Amino acid sequence: MRRPPGFPFPLGEWRRAAGLRMEMALTEQTFEDPGVDNLAKEAHVSDIALSGERAKSAEIDRRQVLGKLGLFDRLFHKLTLSAAVLVLLLLGGVIVSLIQGSLPAIRAFGFGFLASQSWNPVTDNFGAMAPIYGTVTTSLIAMLVAVPVGLGVAVFLTELCPPPLRRPIGMAIELLAGIPSIIYGIWGLFVLAPFLQQYVQPALISTFADTPVLSTLFAGPPYGIGVLTAGLILGVMVLPFVASISRDVFETVPPVLKEAASGIGCTTWEVVRHVVIPYTRVGVIGGVMLGLGRALGETMAVTFVIGNAHKISGSLIAPGTTISATIANEFTEAVGDVYTSSLIELGLILFVITFVVLACARLLLMRIEQKAGA
Amino acid sequence: MISMILKRAAIAAASVAMTASVAFAIDISGAGATFPYPIYAKWADMYKKETGSSLNYQSIGSGGGIKQVKARTVTFGASDQPLKPEELEAAGLTQWPQVIGAIVPVVNLDGVAPGELTLSADALAKIFLGEIKSWDDPAIKKLNPKAKLAAQAIAVAHRSDGSGTTFNFTNYLSKVSADWKAKVGESSAVEWPIGLGAKGNEGVASTVANTKGAIGYVEYAYAKQNKMNFVKMVNKDGKVVPPTTESFQAAAANADWAKSPGFYQILTDEPGAKSWPITAATFILLPKQPQDAAATAEALKFFSWAFAKGGKAAEELDYIPLPESLVALIKKSWAANIKDADGKALAN
Repeated sequence: MRRPPGFPFPLGEWRRAAGLRMEMALTEQTFEDPGVDNLAKEAHVSDIALSGERAKSAEIDRRQVLGKLGLFDRLFHKLTLSAAVLVLLLLGGVIVSLIQGSLPAIRAFGFGFLASQSWNPVTDNFGAMAPIYGTVTTSLIAMLVAVPVGLGVAVFLTELCPPPLRRPIGMAIELLAGIPSIIYGIWGLFVLAPFLQQYVQPALISTFADTPVLSTLFAGPPYGIGVLTAGLILGVMVLPFVASISRDVFETVPPVLKEAASGIGCTTWEVVRHVVIPYTRVGVIGGVMLGLGRALGETMAVTFVIGNAHKISGSLIAPGTTISATIANEFTEAVGDVYTSSLIELGLILFVITFVVLACARLLLMRIEQKAGA
Repeated sequence: MISMILKRAAIAAASVAMTASVAFAIDISGAGATFPYPIYAKWADMYKKETGSSLNYQSIGSGGGIKQVKARTVTFGASDQPLKPEELEAAGLTQWPQVIGAIVPVVNLDGVAPGELTLSADALAKIFLGEIKSWDDPAIKKLNPKAKLAAQAIAVAHRSDGSGTTFNFTNYLSKVSADWKAKVGESSAVEWPIGLGAKGNEGVASTVANTKGAIGYVEYAYAKQNKMNFVKMVNKDGKVVPPTTESFQAAAANADWAKSPGFYQILTDEPGAKSWPITAATFILLPKQPQDAAATAEALKFFSWAFAKGGKAAEELDYIPLPESLVALIKKSWAANIKDADGKALAN
């Protein structure tokens, strides 16, 4: 029960939320000291001594009230436990059925599945390299767009924004998160792709024609749709996650810290760089990881704009494919065991990639916490 | 509060009971291809008004339809790709074509009017193989001496989702080009040598519309309703034909159905001076000895009604009804193949 920086609920709220119209006297005064992290003892009924109810003059049976509270607590415990177990069961079920479904493909291709670029339903020869490459590349582009812009939005909203603008911008970001992905897909196909094709991609191609690395990154005819377009659309979709979570955690920075920094002559940039970001990095990384998770799994919008070619191309403007786009495209009409099973194995691989990303995030957070602690 | 909850529960229970009674009345269920879904839905609607019997068709894709009818979870399956006679036999199914559609190449070329460009089978295959890269290639110029064709790069657009349209299109290319057959082959999804993949007819259409110099293929109904820049084709007899109802019907009539067991006949590259080369039939799959004989008999009634009275509705939606000679053959096959447990024919 470590107290996260800036525990979001004021204590008064919490007490009211308990819904007991009783006076509670705490045997331990842990709440009074804001510096103390450990709230482990706060929630135990046994720590709360009842001093009677004011509304009624009659004496209440102390044991009955405590018993009721205890029963409620045990029920609550069981209820939340069963919810948690349900999640584990569901996850286990998904993993088992994914592995079971991909067995024919695993038997047919083994580890070669991961290294092969071929995707040929006619000869039943499948490999996952192109979709894996596409998934990782588009997600990276998305994060390159979403993280700086999202942090910028969050900093502006919490530190610099004039109060009348704060709500509209905040609302706009939340609305952006509420748009269904199919709408992003259609918008990407009909609006963003032609725009990129006519204005942005020709400029990129001609500008970087002579630069060694960039010329391969931006090579080939400007189709409008491709890996870059998919990455940009994903960036827009992920942006609200990064922005709104960062804003929420930035707001938890105690004003006294920021004011102290300003007081010794820090500029806004220095306050953000040396006070706000270090104080909230755990939350910010959490938001980024949530966004990355969405980018890795996003299906519909990507399917529309990535060009769906099972090829790995050095160029970012060439068509590619992702794991989820491939599954969405081909599953309905996939005939034959190996074909269907290869698609399911792709799903399993996406599962593993997401797991690895989350595990890396955990490791990173642990490192940071250790460093901060030392 | 409690009375409100009770009221809600009562309403919910009533609505469940109502849907249950409706569900009970639906005794024909079908699943499969998305391509014929609009016309099946229209027929189902008309049939219900006329007879009171309803049909529930889920357009989940041909692959799904085949799987479901093999598992006998639906009365009939629908597929754009006919099953081979031996596969039909193994699964205890029978099949027949129900309605005809066509696939049309569409282009985005400045200064070229719809229907102005002509392509040959060979040129089309070479474009989709990536061997013809520019619109001013001699092979295209030779076919179109009058058209103004610039040195513009060809951008190929194809379906990214598995689809019966792709199956028929690649089947055609495999028939007319040995190169295509060896390198790519035919299937509802193939390993495309070049090009952009787009989801659905609408995806291919918008990719073509947005990309100068693009070529793609869509269903005829889609090309017609969106007034797309379609291409005329040189058919097997060497004649240039435009995509029209007449040319699709000619292709269907020229196919030798009587000699194809299980109606295994793909209508691409049919002979005949007027035949459109990329015509496609969509098929119905039915168990030969159904578990629910009553539902199957009802389904046969529905399809027989559709052959007799559904033609006009089909034409309105830009599908082509089957020629009468073919319908007679199909009814003969019903009588011979679909029987109940006592061996009595279910069609009447």
